Amino acid sequence: MQEKNWKPWLLLSPSLMAVFLLLVVPVCFVVVYSFWLRAPTGQDIPAFQFGNYAKFFADFFYPSILLKTLRVALETVILCLVMGYIPAYFFYRTESKLKPFLMILVMLPFWISFIIRTLSWINILGDAGLINHLLMKAGIITTPFAMLYNEGAVIMGLLQYLLPFMILNIYVSLDGIDRSLTEAAKSLGCTEWQAFREVTLPLSLPGVSAGCLLVFVLTCGTYLPPMILGGPGNEMIANLIFKRVIGTLDWPFGSAISAILLFLLIIIVYTYNRYMGINQIFKSLSNG
Amino acid sequence: MKNMISGWTLIKLYTVFIYVWMFTPIVAVVILAFNPQQFGTFPMEGFSFKWFVKLSHNSTILDAFKNSLVLGSLTAVFSTAIGVPAAMAFIRYDFKGKEFLNTLLIAPIMIPEVVLGVALLLFIRWLQQPKSFVLLLVGHVVLTLPYVLLIVQARLVGIRKEYEEAAMSLGASPFQTFREITFPLLAPAVFAGMLFAFTISFDDVTATLFWATAQNQTVPVKIFGMLRNSISPEINALGAVMIVLTISIPLMAGYLSRRFAGKAGK
Repeated sequence: MQEKNWKPWLLLSPSLMAVFLLLVVPVCFVVVYSFWLRAPTGQDIPAFQFGNYAKFFADFFYPSILLKTLRVALETVILCLVMGYIPAYFFYRTESKLKPFLMILVMLPFWISFIIRTLSWINILGDAGLINHLLMKAGIITTPFAMLYNEGAVIMGLLQYLLPFMILNIYVSLDGIDRSLTEAAKSLGCTEWQAFREVTLPLSLPGVSAGCLLVFVLTCGTYLPPMILGGPGNEMIANLIFKRVIGTLDWPFGSAISAILLFLLIIIVYTYNRYMGINQIFKSLSNG
Repeated sequence: MKNMISGWTLIKLYTVFIYVWMFTPIVAVVILAFNPQQFGTFPMEGFSFKWFVKLSHNSTILDAFKNSLVLGSLTAVFSTAIGVPAAMAFIRYDFKGKEFLNTLLIAPIMIPEVVLGVALLLFIRWLQQPKSFVLLLVGHVVLTLPYVLLIVQARLVGIRKEYEEAAMSLGASPFQTFREITFPLLAPAVFAGMLFAFTISFDDVTATLFWATAQNQTVPVKIFGMLRNSISPEINALGAVMIVLTISIPLMAGYLSRRFAGKAGK
């Protein structure tokens, strides 16, 4: 019995040490640093003051980037849901022999380089891209239609990155539904649509909410799509952090923005965990 | 009845549309890589391998490839070396605080990479260490560990403890048991974990932008740098290489692990 007590801890200790030293401690540093002062000479002075936070909320510039990030995240979640639910439902209901192949195809983008997937939209949406080329050839427009370097293009890139996560989360939830329930509903006189609305849809909500949370959180921290597909006005909060830390070397202020983002995400994930349980997300991810 | 059938047709059409939407940009990259023109755009006029040839002479890209391969392989080794024992602890044992620790180790998936990037950089700045390959490596290990844990745990659930107990009761030593039973059963899970860690490390941009020095830039970071001067056919060619590479690795691995599993079963 004694043996059983220390063995798992021995197995866990390398991982726990790595996460503690390389993640927990550094994140605590970010919080500590966010209270430090930046001297005009560029040195960081240990202090405990709220100047960096005050600077963030001093005028509307920085909060507006935070709000824009949250808005883009919300738009992405809604579009992901609209685009992802029906394919997930298709996988749940289909009896096609191609189903395993189609499922692999959905997961394939996970394996394709993120930066390639993001920049690939330039070939589609750009002035000389596929859409403009086809529209001009068909004679519908004579000058290229600007579709790149705006918020829409950023959301396009985000959707392509995040849609597989949403589809998988919803599918795992749908797949867990006892199929005899819908049969029972139909034999009791429900139409196909009523059976879906009253039985299938409510039972798939855990997967839907897990997918939504994951997409929301991942969008909030996104850096690459606004850089590649967005214009000057489409900066999101992660771009701001990068600029402050790597660009102007303002570590205390960069730390404060990081802390604000992290705090916000922790509140969202914590609230979600209280009501829904976070494990649903991990369950779907491990199927990927 | 008729209504239901047309509803199903609509669902099918919608799904096909989503597939087309998802894969058109990816296919376009591969096609445009063969466009001989200076600007990698439509319409295609001709077909040539010249951008691939040019790419193969680009020494900075080749260096970046080498960096990416070394970094990805080392990350895969270290990440699974610490991740597999942890996964075994969670699957095989019951102990206090198990749920909490499991969540703690997997939760970093939800932390934005920018924050991780700033945090680790700040930490080594405080330690007064310069950026180095080691920083990049430990960073990537932290980045990939949660995924390794998830994948390996999912595979380990299927391996029963009884096999080992049976071997022991039949007189096998602990070492023999590990060599003959545990390791062959574990191998596919370890392999899957390594593959996942490699891909994530190979793919990473955001955190790597924080941690990489000019000497150890990876392929995605290099591509990101090239993009600042707009998209060129060379980038499309590089993209095509990456797409073929990253798709063939998991497919090959799937094939190998099935053969591996088949042999272990015999």
